[in-house]
Amino acid sequence: MIGDRWSRTFALGLIGVASFSSLLPIVLAVMNALKTTVEIGSNPLALPSQLHWENFSSAWRNAQLGPSLLHSAEVAILTIVMVCVTATPCAYVLARQKGKFWRFITFYFMATITVPVQLYLYPLYFIFAKLGLVNSIPAVALIYTAMFSPFAIFLLRTYALAIPVALEEAAQVDGAKPWQTFFHVILPMMRPGLLTVAIIVGLNAWNEFVIAVTFLQNDSNVTAIVRFYNLTGQYSTDWGEMLAAAVTIVLPIVVIFVLLQRQFIDGMTSGAVKS
Amino acid sequence: MWLFALPALLINICIILVPAVLTFTAAFFIWDGVGTPVWAGLANFQNMAADPVFWSALTNNFIWTAIFLTVPVCLALVMAAALLMAPKARIVVQSIIFLPRIIAVAVTGRIFQGMIFSPATGIVAWLNEHGFSISDPLADPDRSLYAVAAVDIWHWWGFLAVVFLAAMRQISVDQIEAARLDGAGFFALFRYVLLPGIRPTLTLMLILTVIWSFQVFEFIFIVTRGGPAYGSEVLATFAYRHAFFEGDVGQAAAAACVMSLFGLCATAIYLWLQITDDAQST
Repeated sequence: MIGDRWSRTFALGLIGVASFSSLLPIVLAVMNALKTTVEIGSNPLALPSQLHWENFSSAWRNAQLGPSLLHSAEVAILTIVMVCVTATPCAYVLARQKGKFWRFITFYFMATITVPVQLYLYPLYFIFAKLGLVNSIPAVALIYTAMFSPFAIFLLRTYALAIPVALEEAAQVDGAKPWQTFFHVILPMMRPGLLTVAIIVGLNAWNEFVIAVTFLQNDSNVTAIVRFYNLTGQYSTDWGEMLAAAVTIVLPIVVIFVLLQRQFIDGMTSGAVKS
Repeated sequence: MWLFALPALLINICIILVPAVLTFTAAFFIWDGVGTPVWAGLANFQNMAADPVFWSALTNNFIWTAIFLTVPVCLALVMAAALLMAPKARIVVQSIIFLPRIIAVAVTGRIFQGMIFSPATGIVAWLNEHGFSISDPLADPDRSLYAVAAVDIWHWWGFLAVVFLAAMRQISVDQIEAARLDGAGFFALFRYVLLPGIRPTLTLMLILTVIWSFQVFEFIFIVTRGGPAYGSEVLATFAYRHAFFEGDVGQAAAAACVMSLFGLCATAIYLWLQITDDAQST
């Protein structure tokens, strides 16, 4: 146990205040999602006098949340699959190969992690427009794959580095070709890393805004986030309904987060913690 | 073996590298995105330098950087140290303060607009009724940038605290115990053991803050769209507006180049740190 009594009290007080301020906007959103707009206006901090669940049903209907949530899921799953399929072999190679060329490739991927979207967004949009790829969900997933795979490569690379080379050598002695070694020896050992990658990439794809709002413009194929953004831009008067939509969009992510906190926190903080 | 890396590399080059090079080129052309680009030399940059909105956007980027290098970092450092001392509360509290990070920016932005800042339905409305006279900060050109920054800090600082906590937990317990035996209180422990102990992580996060601060877009675009009266305009919203609302892709590209220039300096330091780090660990 660290710290004397005074500093423990200080720490606990701080923890209380911090938790309260982190939760306050979320609690306000959930609470007011169950009230009428008139009720929200009279006192946003009051508990609902009566639970207006119909906010959720009307938000679901008016905001067409069903189809747009489906699009979000489609984008997220496509991105997860493409990132995992391309990043895993790449991470394995970068973990094993030495030499100038591979150092340069590693360097290149590191650099693309910090490149701003704005540096490639505009030409990309006009090229995609010319190719007829605007308003296409797979095209958006392809862009996400390029954006999120460098992170996946570096995370998976640390997993690959932890696999003993002796295991591969044994497989090679047994006559395994490189792709056989990869599929039968390396891939099974990277499974926990792949789960973390899938979660983080899925979250990012679900929540992403800039690419989604630029490349998906028809109401018939937008993601839930873009649908929510467009809707709230036009009719910002019915706050009860809007908050119900917000809660519906966020809920799946929060449920997964509560179930898999370790993977979320480890995945998102990986790379940031240096020893 | 190199076939293994090819798909990831190819996608990355097509989606990021080639368009990035095109952006750099487009900065020297007048182009509306559809027609034939016309060579313009440095005209885009000259127009930008003559545009007061560009300068206020650049200033706002610097203000944003200054805010994010201090406020969330200090909050997160103190919080991480506090959590280190409360092992029982750690897991639950860590998840609570992390939660804002996983909520979509579009949703967070709207919740703050409606439930916090709104003079009709938010906490601001409630405060007005209870004797505090506060106007909507998002409608005030002088305050809108700070109001949006507050939203981003809410979303960001808890994550940062969790990062710092993870780094602090790698400091050996012996070292902390020894300092305690020497009679170090909270602040002495913080100053002489915890802070030096997480220095590499802290440095990295500060560098990334500079990089991200020049890229900031989502929160501002969603909450204020750079307004009112360009009060919260930053380089990214400036560029986006020019490309998609004013049909001046060349101008947008020039702004994106300036944006990247600031990030590039920080990126160079970041890469250098990563590489020296890599060389040590392999």
